[in-house]
Amino acid sequence: MLSRRIIPCLDVRAGRVVKGVRFRDHVDMGNIVELALRYRDAGADELVFYDIGASPEGRSVDYAWVERVSSLLDIPFCVAGGIRDVATARAVLYAGADKISVNTPALERPLLISELAEAFGVQCVVVGIDSVREADGEWRVRQYTGDPSKMRAAGLRTLDWAQQAQALGAGEIVLNCMDSDGVRRGYDIEQLSAVRESCTVPLIASGGAGECAHFAEAFSQADVDGALAASVFHSGSIAIPALKDYLHEQGIEVRRD
Amino acid sequence: MKVVLVDAGGSNIGSVRYALQRLGVEAELTGDAAMIRAAERVILPGVGAAAVCMARLRELDLVETLRSLRQPMLGVCVGVQLLFAHSEEDDTPCLGLLPGTVRKLAAAPGVRVPHMGWNTLQRHAESSLTTGIDEGAHAYFVHSYAAPVDEFCLCSSEHGQRFAAVVQRSNVAGAQFHPERSSAVGARLLRNFIEHGLK
Repeated sequence: MLSRRIIPCLDVRAGRVVKGVRFRDHVDMGNIVELALRYRDAGADELVFYDIGASPEGRSVDYAWVERVSSLLDIPFCVAGGIRDVATARAVLYAGADKISVNTPALERPLLISELAEAFGVQCVVVGIDSVREADGEWRVRQYTGDPSKMRAAGLRTLDWAQQAQALGAGEIVLNCMDSDGVRRGYDIEQLSAVRESCTVPLIASGGAGECAHFAEAFSQADVDGALAASVFHSGSIAIPALKDYLHEQGIEVRRD
Repeated sequence: MKVVLVDAGGSNIGSVRYALQRLGVEAELTGDAAMIRAAERVILPGVGAAAVCMARLRELDLVETLRSLRQPMLGVCVGVQLLFAHSEEDDTPCLGLLPGTVRKLAAAPGVRVPHMGWNTLQRHAESSLTTGIDEGAHAYFVHSYAAPVDEFCLCSSEHGQRFAAVVQRSNVAGAQFHPERSSAVGARLLRNFIEHGLK
């Protein structure tokens, strides 16, 4: 039976892991490779590296650390940040990333998703969506979220964009609910459930994990395939082995071997 | 031990090579038929579409070479799909070292395609390749197409339907999951392949 995935997310800026609250005020969290291996040892199912400076600065990720991580890590990992064409994606995948995730560049040019899917297969192509609930109650997409001064509305409803991304060739969707990000009050179950109903590819919850029960809710109520979190893992307030034991007790399928 | 990785254009070549390095094995990436024929172990990796990988093998004039190898050969992910007669993906004729057709996994409520993540293995037949891999062990899968469970299936997994996770027919074998990303289970499979070939 397929396990639900626990995915620590490492936001990378200038070659270091950082973490902000509500996408702002980034604090240094440590060395990329050291943290990657620590999470592997703890039982993480997958890792995501977001080069959060890449899109607003108009550059793509530096691949040296991708290769270093790939050579040492024996679990899958995904790289996001500034991938805006097939050539860059190929370089990241050849450096050893298992998947690439696109966000802002896919909003600028949706056909990028199709080009990536055609070149590498849909299973390599993750579309990240940063979403907020606006005053009228609709969830809408944000872009350039790595830099608060450049962040702006993308002019799309989140549910529409998720469906469009899937139709274009997204093999997985990471839904980052920005209103709950970094504040540890739980994943946005309502929004995740709505996106879950509208797409058939794997869906990863992101933003808001504060305690073990939040993960269980995302899996059992929103039926997400994986749950991504950063600060609770970086700070040590949730240990992955204990989290997996808890989820197992709740009857949720997780990998513990 | 001379180990080669066939350059079928798959993008996981680097990570397979690193996984072998972690086992102390230096594998050479090559598209050269003579080097492949001279190797003691041949690994056929692959990520992407079967048609793209087959086109690459034809371009390198490797199809007959791979079909006629006598030494142990291991296909990984799309690499295992290429070993079968045919893939439903873009209606692609493949190497035909194993009979049967690779088909698209069917999505259903609660069954997402691509099949992505850690899934359990069920053992079907004994082989040196799967020694030490326990019933119920988890391996990491990322794929939308899969081979059927038949007499050549060593381990299967289930995602909406049961499919072949590890296959072997005499000197030819393959893993649908990614050994290079399947932690201890993947390392064991690769180590078994390098140390014992296919017995």
